[in-house]
Amino acid sequence: MATAALTRDGLFRRPRATTGWWSWVTTVDHKKIGIMYCATAFVFFILAGLQALAIRAQLAQPNGDILDADTYNQFFTMHGVSMIFLVVMPLGVGLMNYIVPLQIGARDVAFPRLNAFSYWVFLFGGLFLYSSFLLGGAPDGGWFGYAPLNRQLPGHGMTYYSIGLQILGAASLAGAVNFIVTILNMRAPGMTFMRMPIFTWMTLTTAFLLLFAMPVIAVALFQLMFDRVFGAVFFDSTAGGDPILWQHLFWVFGHPEVYIMILPAMGIVSDVLPAFARKPIFGYAAIVFAGIAIGFMGWGVWAHHMFAVGMGPVANSAFALSTMFIAVPTGIKIFNWLGTLWGGDIRFKTPLLFAVGFVSMFIIGGLSGVTHSIVPHDTQQTDTYYVVAHFHYVLFGGAIFGIFAGFYYWWPKVFGHLLSDRLGKVHFWLMFVGFNLAFGPMHIVGLEGMPRRIYTYPEGMGWDLWNLIETIGAYTIAVSVLVFIANVVVSARRRQDAGADPWDGRTLEWSTPSPPPEYNFAEIPLVRGRDDFWRRKYVERPDEVPARVFAGGAEGADGHGHHDHAIHMPSPSYFPVLAAAGIPLMGYGAIYDGLRGLVAVGALILVFGLFGWVLEPSAEE
Amino acid sequence: MATQAAAVDAGHEQHTSTGLDNVKLAMWAFLGSECLFFGSLISTYLLYRDRVLTGQGPNPHDIYDIPYTSVSSFVLLMSSLTMVLALAAIQRGDHKGLRTWLLATALLGMVFVGGQIYEFTVFVEEGLKLSSSPAGSAFFLLTGFHGAHVTVGILMLLLLVGMSLAGRIPQTDARKVELVGLYWHFVDIVWIVVFTVVYLIPLN
Amino acid sequence: MTRPCTGSRWRLAALLPLLVMVISACASDTPQNALKPEGPFARDADRLWDLTFGIAVVVFFVVELALVYALVKFRHRPGRKAAQFHGNTRLEVALTAVPALILAGIAVPTVRTQFDLAADPQGALQVEVVGHRFWWEMSYPEQGFKTANEMHIPTGRPVRVTLVGAAADPVDATRPEVIHSFWVPRLAGAQDVVPGHENGLLLQADEPGVYLGQCKEFCGLSHANMRLRVIAHTPAGFQRWVREQSRPPEESSLAAEGARLFQEGQFPNGPACSACHAVDPSSPGIGPNLAHFASRSTFAGAMFDNNEANLRAWLAGPPDVKPGATMPDLGLTQEQIDALVAYLQSLE
Repeated sequence: MATAALTRDGLFRRPRATTGWWSWVTTVDHKKIGIMYCATAFVFFILAGLQALAIRAQLAQPNGDILDADTYNQFFTMHGVSMIFLVVMPLGVGLMNYIVPLQIGARDVAFPRLNAFSYWVFLFGGLFLYSSFLLGGAPDGGWFGYAPLNRQLPGHGMTYYSIGLQILGAASLAGAVNFIVTILNMRAPGMTFMRMPIFTWMTLTTAFLLLFAMPVIAVALFQLMFDRVFGAVFFDSTAGGDPILWQHLFWVFGHPEVYIMILPAMGIVSDVLPAFARKPIFGYAAIVFAGIAIGFMGWGVWAHHMFAVGMGPVANSAFALSTMFIAVPTGIKIFNWLGTLWGGDIRFKTPLLFAVGFVSMFIIGGLSGVTHSIVPHDTQQTDTYYVVAHFHYVLFGGAIFGIFAGFYYWWPKVFGHLLSDRLGKVHFWLMFVGFNLAFGPMHIVGLEGMPRRIYTYPEGMGWDLWNLIETIGAYTIAVSVLVFIANVVVSARRRQDAGADPWDGRTLEWSTPSPPPEYNFAEIPLVRGRDDFWRRKYVERPDEVPARVFAGGAEGADGHGHHDHAIHMPSPSYFPVLAAAGIPLMGYGAIYDGLRGLVAVGALILVFGLFGWVLEPSAEE
Repeated sequence: MATQAAAVDAGHEQHTSTGLDNVKLAMWAFLGSECLFFGSLISTYLLYRDRVLTGQGPNPHDIYDIPYTSVSSFVLLMSSLTMVLALAAIQRGDHKGLRTWLLATALLGMVFVGGQIYEFTVFVEEGLKLSSSPAGSAFFLLTGFHGAHVTVGILMLLLLVGMSLAGRIPQTDARKVELVGLYWHFVDIVWIVVFTVVYLIPLN
Repeated sequence: MTRPCTGSRWRLAALLPLLVMVISACASDTPQNALKPEGPFARDADRLWDLTFGIAVVVFFVVELALVYALVKFRHRPGRKAAQFHGNTRLEVALTAVPALILAGIAVPTVRTQFDLAADPQGALQVEVVGHRFWWEMSYPEQGFKTANEMHIPTGRPVRVTLVGAAADPVDATRPEVIHSFWVPRLAGAQDVVPGHENGLLLQADEPGVYLGQCKEFCGLSHANMRLRVIAHTPAGFQRWVREQSRPPEESSLAAEGARLFQEGQFPNGPACSACHAVDPSSPGIGPNLAHFASRSTFAGAMFDNNEANLRAWLAGPPDVKPGATMPDLGLTQEQIDALVAYLQSLE
């Protein structure tokens, strides 16, 4: 690709390597970046999962003494922070990175170097947060770190929290801008909005949510950082600061954040179900607009996290009503998924199992969500294990199951070989059973009065049996994840060739070889309708039975697709990783009095990186 | 279809689905995000503007020097005019004019930031600090972040001047100037809101 | 996939033992069970729950069964062709309208109950509660005394609990207090105690008894150990308790040495107990008021049963038995502990 001569000179030559580890460091290819996102997030998934296992070991019995209170608080805080910011969000972003350009018929994202920058900032932000374990203690104030506890917890843990999340937020914001422009501007000819795959639609919605949610949490985190580091008094109640300000800012971000995590998974499921039911999605327009409606209404429900704060019956009622009615578009999606399966020819492959697992578990999470809107009883449930159960049904039963559906669905596209279906099914059933054992009883134990975030509980409360079952479930999930890892290894050895289109897919990513060439499409596709790739393969006869079109199908399969010589792809670049490396240095400098010089060093590296970025030879990008 | 094979990557005046330029669209999206950023800072200020307990030093409203800040606000507004002139210059191929007006814009920005630094030192001497009261915290965070935005803008203007000197801003590529201009005008507009909300609306 | 229906069978098989366990668990003793209200205010919330939960269960079974049915009925078989339809507007509108109507049906009683619970009933007993790390300060303004962690109330009379959010920690005025949440599930839903704010809730017990509760908002190291109890008496029993609380404690001659240590002892790591704790029920103090301490069933944020062994362990080093406890290890000798325990146990 890099054969084309540079047309203009710059200050620096751009790196050339397209193989070897250096090529991964300097890559700007959305596919490599997508893989790096998913791989990094999966490592954090293991780490956060180990913390969860420690938590469950501690709570397996009353008066557990495996963890002390301090370690327990660090673990539950970092478990939540990691699963949200370092696992579910980046796994979604990783899949978006790899798949969305392929789905819209683009050769890359709009800003490949910005994309690489997002990834490196995310990676360094995650390492920064985790380094706190080695440097005196991790954040220990809970993932929503309520004021004024957050400003006075001893040690540097919550300072790491305020700066670490800030760094991760910057990565998300850059990613959001990139995906908005990519989806709005980089669509192949004929790919109108109402022809876009649902996953692309949900990515767009998610990107807008990120765009508007991240700055709000950024302000709250800056306030916390200024409180902790520079003596500001935003949340100091002794000086007149108001702890409720944090809650409003946090949840104005925090509730859209929930949809940021779940919408990509909904998009995946909306692509997987039609592929395996061999039917078009039921009610395309309704499912798209329901997603957008969720995106909008998600901004009007934040205070349902605050029903016990004492906002008064009027405000509580308003937020109760908005919370009830956001269930309507959510319900529309579930009915449409059912309608998609209805009348289909359902192939029970692993991606379908995970997608169906998503739907069935999300129903539970959605219904328990509605019970939070009945305020007088929400004051019973809130901050108990009932809430823990609810959001795990949404974020694990929902988002994680959806993401695993995406893994099994797109794995052959990314690596060219299929994951074992048999091991995949073992993985699914173990995870499904383990998940329900771990989180189902939490509904009961929460209603029986067990608060969340307690490192221990006495006997005689009636919680013992449930907690033991939950722990067994958690370890069952761990085994299922091991099965998944084994599947990855075994399948890579066996290399069952997938071909371009193993599932008889409907969307454009299946029209290009697996794995796709660096330029994605030898020829930019011309899109003539929704599910365009399906239409190239089948015609819809009047009796609604699809008929195979002769010689339709993926390129590469029919000998096309070797036009590399004509296609310019953006060259790799050193500067995204360099600029990103300056940011955590600034963070360490802000935390430690003795290291203030690092702020300047980090800023210099960042500015130098950005200048080099702007000034490097631009012909290639 | 084969003719499109060359149109690979984003960025450079190629065909886009919406017809809008990629980088400009990105800038608009970013500025949309910035609205929420300043919106949150302003909301915090509105909540805290009269929160000064006894013994916490002066209320910011008692020590604002409205004429002084009006002058520096006027300076910043004028910089928007010079920014427009810079863009007009490059669009008609006047490279020297471009650099003159860019430098003028940067200079006006520096006067504004310098004025703000002076204002901050006066306030601190009078007892209004980041740590003195919630009102103080909210004031310095809001105006400080605005000042930081102006500073970033100045750096971008100076980078443009440097690029122009190196001959890297041809007349056909006025877009770079336009982008920085978008950002600069946005920061000016935010200041109009901040000036109104923080300085002009009196405590009741 | 050879036998796709295994999925549904598995799921049903997994559900049955779960149901059995649910039923058996409901029969067991769960002192903090929010679904077993023991007073009118908790019952109001519970009625809403029953309505919503009932609807949710019906929706759950209808939708999940439809899902399982679709999976079984439309599973791949040789020769099966998928029907290629894109939607059904009438059905979609209906399936949007039905949930909206159901939700409207829940909304009306929710709003009504909320305003009911915000009302101020006449003749309510007033109790003020302040949350500290990690214990509860409780005062009875009309009766004029203070106690800690154990709230005594009469049955059949509403209790207006005012949750006073202290701005500062009593030990260190520059340190903000943090948010706590006051929760006695069988008597009322929780409300937060927010520094700088005042909040409140209504609770009432039908029958005499001990109702357990605990702090529900994460507040630091010993959040788990910040418990409380509400002890409901018959109205006559409550009057008796009030009389007992209101008289000054009797000084026992046996514990005279303990009393002296309490009031003016000097210990290696701290001042006399009286620097923080009052034994006069109407006096303020930065630690829990210890008037009539021996009449309490628990201590230290209702974490420990009030007995000699627990008291000895506590006095020997509070942070060792309760992480993050504010009370320091005073460095007491064994003899001093003997005397103090004797004194504390004399505070009937």
